[in-house]
Amino acid sequence: MASLMEIVIVGLNHRTAPVEVRERVSYTAEQASRAASELRSRGILEETLVLSTCNRSEVYGVPPETSHESAAGLSSFLSEFHKVQPDILSVSLYHHYDRQAVRHLFRVSAGLDSMMLGEAEILGQVREAYKFAYEQGATGPVLNRMFQAALEVGKRVRSETELGTRPMSVASAGVKLAERIFGKLAQRTALVLGAGTISEQVMLQLRDRGIGQLLMMNRSMERAKKLATEFHGMVVPWGEWGDALRSPDVIVSSVTAAEPILERAILERAMSARGNRALFIMDLGLPRNIEPAAAEIYNVYLYNLDDLGGIVQQSRAMRENEVPRAESIVDEHVGKFLSWQASVELVGLVDELRARLQHERTAFIRERMETMKHLSAQDRQHMETLMGELLEKLLLEPAERLRGEKELRRKIQNVEALRDLFLSNREKQ
Amino acid sequence: MLLALGLVAHYFALLERSRGLHTVPYHDLYGSMSLFGWLLALTYLALEFYHQQRSVGAFAVPFILGFFLIAHLAPADRLSPTVAHGVVFALHVTLSILAYAAFALSFVLSVIYLAEERLLRSRKLSNVVWRLPSLELLERMSRSSVLVGVISIAIGTVLGFIWVDRLTGQYWFYDPKYVITLVVLFLYLLYFQLARSTTWRGARASKLCVFNFIVVVMSFTVVNLYLSHSHRYF
Repeated sequence: MASLMEIVIVGLNHRTAPVEVRERVSYTAEQASRAASELRSRGILEETLVLSTCNRSEVYGVPPETSHESAAGLSSFLSEFHKVQPDILSVSLYHHYDRQAVRHLFRVSAGLDSMMLGEAEILGQVREAYKFAYEQGATGPVLNRMFQAALEVGKRVRSETELGTRPMSVASAGVKLAERIFGKLAQRTALVLGAGTISEQVMLQLRDRGIGQLLMMNRSMERAKKLATEFHGMVVPWGEWGDALRSPDVIVSSVTAAEPILERAILERAMSARGNRALFIMDLGLPRNIEPAAAEIYNVYLYNLDDLGGIVQQSRAMRENEVPRAESIVDEHVGKFLSWQASVELVGLVDELRARLQHERTAFIRERMETMKHLSAQDRQHMETLMGELLEKLLLEPAERLRGEKELRRKIQNVEALRDLFLSNREKQ
Repeated sequence: MLLALGLVAHYFALLERSRGLHTVPYHDLYGSMSLFGWLLALTYLALEFYHQQRSVGAFAVPFILGFFLIAHLAPADRLSPTVAHGVVFALHVTLSILAYAAFALSFVLSVIYLAEERLLRSRKLSNVVWRLPSLELLERMSRSSVLVGVISIAIGTVLGFIWVDRLTGQYWFYDPKYVITLVVLFLYLLYFQLARSTTWRGARASKLCVFNFIVVVMSFTVVNLYLSHSHRYF
């Protein structure tokens, strides 16, 4: 039976569930594919897609029947699958149908539903989840279209609004500034002074942005070596500034020290040794690690913790201002998707209607012709053809208008009602 | 993309005009500005293509459009055939104007560079900084633009001498334009060298590039209008 396309999503995220619950309901790749195939084999869903990140764990699907009851079945499946008691799970789970479900996905991929507003990572995670489900054959026409649209929404929001362009942490602010100066970081070298957690955060950002080479310098070699292996970097012995300052384009410093560890004079010498190649310094130490006067040296860009913090503050406000624009992109695409869905369903409806009428015609003719014995076989054939032509003529115009007129499709809000009117078999029940 | 279409349309307009003249449109301000604008846009597109970077467009294209507007305001003479034509001459004019267009582009890029550099060094970041292309890209594009300019002005000038030689049998008669062109050539070679080497790279080189273009503008205006006889409009 051709079904009406209901879309359902059941899941939980960082807002509805604490980490203890989230970690129990998360999926490995193997679990995701097993859950998807079980959902389909048990007839709970026809199309499925599992989206599991550290902040959310969601199942998208198209159930075989339109009943708006699929969420309940899905929830109990989830508690069984993850072996979590239903009452624990039920307080955390949310579910959406149709328009709300589509909107939810589009907001997720736009980064509007993220813990950090506008973060870019989620778009990649949505892409991966879609690719995975698609390759497993778990998705179908509806989810394919929906996720392709979601990826487009994510891309548009990031290119047309400032939601994703602005740095969200001191570390990413610094790395983004480095890109203002050097462009792509692939050919660049960064020197990290200190091996604390802040250094680690910055290294993570630098690696994400494709830094060419990472150099590590720390008073304790051991810790430096550990971080260096983790990030495929190189350890440089502490204090040998003459050599160490020659190659890097970016210096990140977060060392606990009472006095500045890099004085202006050292940096001045280093700059002339490197032929004044631009040098970007992030001083994340408190008290400051770099003598502030170093900012006056030609082609040195020196930012301290307050400068970077100010940028983060500024961009937080900016990002929040961008939310309405992002939401309107989401709404636009929700509208587009629903109109596509309606058109597919309406065209399907017309095809069903045609089949149904053809069937009725054949039955009708067979019944009535019995009483008209005087007609020749040729005449009967002729009448049958004529009736067929009449049916085609009646259906042709509406079918063409449905294909051609977007506005008309938008006006027909409830395809189900139409189906009910023309196709239900009430008298036979 | 739109710019590319505009370029094609403009090309036909130029072609039409040169048919009427039997040579490259150079003898009136309208013609040479028009050609200038066209070559400017062409150079920009070539750079954009070469560097695979489009983020500069939003800032550079308004300048290009500005030149077109000025060109339109400039008086257009009635088309009248002139004494000067021939392939060598046409190339001389086109290459020289191409050089000026490339220099103008490097000027625009350097101005953006200096503004962004100032913002970044002062640590007062307004919103525009996040929209600007990176300093490294601006510098690279400016350098390749200057390279285009230097090569084409060198060839253009040599062709100019050849043409004068054919016309008058002597390749040197004194024209202040020669002097200023050599000065311009020298200044840009200097920039090209300094932008790559120590101490001057960065903002200082960009300042030189801005200064150089001021000299070019002088050559375009003061020298052409008051001092030179054979180079009225280019």
